[in-house]
This record gives sequence, structure tokens and C-alpha cells, in this order.
Amino acid sequence: MASIEEGGDSGHKKGPGVKKAKKLSTRVDMTPMVDLGFLLITFFIFTTTMSSPTTMKLNMPKDTKKDEEQNKAKESGALTILLGKGNAIYYYEGQLEVTEGKNNFQTTSFKTIRDIIINKRKEVMKNHVHDESCQKIWAEHKGDKNSCLDRDFVVIIKPDKDATYKNTVDILDEMTINGVKRFAMVDILPQEEELIHKTEEAAGIK
Amino acid sequence: MPSVKIPRKSTVVDMTPFVDVAFLILTFFIMATKFKPPEPVEVTTPSSVSSDALPESDAVMVTIDKEGKVYFTVFSEKDPGVLDHLMKSISDTKGLNLSNAEIVTFRKTPMVGVPFSQLKSFLQIPAEEQKNVKQPGIPIDSTGGELTYWIQASKKAFAGRRLKYLIKGDNDSKYPVFKSVIDALRRNEEFKYNLVTAPEDAPSGTELYKQRKGIK
Repeated sequence: MASIEEGGDSGHKKGPGVKKAKKLSTRVDMTPMVDLGFLLITFFIFTTTMSSPTTMKLNMPKDTKKDEEQNKAKESGALTILLGKGNAIYYYEGQLEVTEGKNNFQTTSFKTIRDIIINKRKEVMKNHVHDESCQKIWAEHKGDKNSCLDRDFVVIIKPDKDATYKNTVDILDEMTINGVKRFAMVDILPQEEELIHKTEEAAGIK
Repeated sequence: MPSVKIPRKSTVVDMTPFVDVAFLILTFFIMATKFKPPEPVEVTTPSSVSSDALPESDAVMVTIDKEGKVYFTVFSEKDPGVLDHLMKSISDTKGLNLSNAEIVTFRKTPMVGVPFSQLKSFLQIPAEEQKNVKQPGIPIDSTGGELTYWIQASKKAFAGRRLKYLIKGDNDSKYPVFKSVIDALRRNEEFKYNLVTAPEDAPSGTELYKQRKGIK
């Protein structure tokens, strides 16, 4: 290595008048350069935003007053998800029935809602009644048999006034994750709002 | 017996490969860095499994912050003339009497979050300093409020081009504000939106996960 200095003047003897030209090392001390390099690396690591934001598509239906243009949901295949305060989810299948001895209004959370959606879909697919219109749906979906089986499955999403934007996006995301083809975001009914309010009070959610 | 000379080892370490690696990493980070433009309001977006990229031009963005205030941004990098056009039409129809200098300021304005009545005084502030101003948000109600008009005017200004509608909401903003924003868009006969989110992987074992991995 260049840094090892040649020791002494072991070479040939020079006359007393001959000055020895000192051999300068060509080696540069790299330490400050490394320091600077790592300083810059640290700076760039901290300022970098690696993941650029993505966008999620959301299509809303047009408002129609005409009854025949409204999409009808079959009661047996409908799952209504209500979003409440404090990341809570309430849901019911089919029509809301809260009478004595009969109550299908249930409470859940974001952890378990996926299973509820999957189970409901399976149930709808099991109860599927085959008819001629299936041929048409298959053709539209390039022969995918599932496309007709779950055609009655509809998820209705109703966020209430205390639900956060994050909850709304999360539940819409859940639709994509579970491959729910038909879902709608609908305004909450006063009756449902009241029910959520009562449940929240009972559970002590503020 | 000749004594064995043990050569003295130098303590100096050769730094060259170290420097090489350091600068290689440095180069990578310089290349990969994309500086975020300064944002007047801080918004933490929720994450979604969606992987569509964010359009950078020909789009309008409605931002909802933590407190439920609504801001409006127009992206038109290719053609800033559109922005002038938009400001002029707003100035004329709302009787704001904006000067040319104020209209030009709007080109660089990062975000507008003031009612029309305060727009003139807002645009008198230089664009660089606008981010330091606390804006009250665009008035919005269940029928859309002034936001409806902003969207209508942008639609006109972008005439003939496909305009994308971005909604960037904060995690903690409440649903009713989001609903009002959508109502404002629906009043303008616009039904397709893009929600700005952070990327996330599809949870394993789900329908989407199987689809993406090609498992039947």
C-alpha cells in the first residue's frame, strides 16, 4: 500500500550536496469524504417519499326519480352495513327487523366484517336459483360461473354522521378485497340512526 | 540465526470501497427522491388496495382536512391558460373585479379554501406566502355550497378535455363533509371520482389476493 512509507535511505548513497527529493504520498485521506457522503445519504433517506399516492375509483349512480330506473335489491341477498362512531360497524341481513323477540341488528368491527361479507356471499350463492338470464350474465363475464351465482348479492353501505372518512374508504376497500360486484352507498334512515344511537349509548361509545 | 523481522502493519484502512458504496447509495437516493410540493394543509389519507396512479394534469382536487374544511386545487400543468380562464369566469360571474395580477397569482396558488367574498384579498397575497395563511375553507352545505360553483366553472374552463375529479380526505374527517362534496359533484352531473389513498397490499387469503397472484 502506498501509505507505507519507505523506511530510511537504504538505497544508494548520495553525495553530501545532493538534496533528497521527498517522495510525497499520493494517498488522500478519505474520511471527510465518507462523512459527507453519509450525511447526504441520511438527508435523502429522510426526505424521500417512497410510495407515491394511489387513487381509488368510486362511481356513484345518477339520481333518478323514476321508479322503474331504480335498482331493486332482493331482500334475501342484501347485506346492510352501517358505520358508526368510534370505528364501530352495525349490520343486518335483508330487511331491518327490530321487534320483540326478533332482532337482526348486530354489532361488529372492522376485524370481523370481512368474514361476515364472505359468509353472506356464500349463503347467497348456495341459495341461487338458476334461470335463463344467467346465460346472458355468463356471456358478459366471459363464462365465469360465479358471475351469475352471486348476482343477488348486494351490499348496502350507510355511514352515519359520526362515521369518519377513513371508515368509509375502508369499507369501500373491503368491497374490492372481497370481490363484491354490487354495492351501493345510501343515505341512512332516521330509524337506523336512532338505533345506532341507542346501541352506542348502551355500549358507552362517545 | 537471523532474527525474523515482523513487518509493522499499518493501521490505515483503505477507505476507497467504502466511499464507493456510500456514493452508490447516495446516487440511488438522489434519483429516487421526488420532493413533495409544500402543502398548506396536512392531510393523512387512508390506505386502500387500489393501485391506480394519480393523474398529474387535467384534474381538480377537493381536499378535506381534519376539521372538515374544504379546499380546491386545479391541476393543469400543460396549459396554465386554463387557470386564467377559470379565474376570469369566476371573477365575471361573481362580480369580484379581479385584476390581471391577481388572476396570474392564481396560477401558482397551491390551494384555495376561501369563500368567493374573500377571494380577492386572498389572491393579493403572493403565492409563496399563501400557504402560511389560515384559510376558512370553501363554504359547503348539504346542497354543495360554493364548491358546486367551483366545479361548474372548472368544467367550463376545461371544455373539451377529460377532467378527473380527485377527492383527498383526511382520516379523521367526518362522512357528512365527504357526502356534501359528492353532492356538489353530482349536481354537476359528474359521477366518477378518484379517491386519493396510500397504497396497501391485498390481505392474504382474500378474493383479491388470489386474483392478483393468479390463483384460481
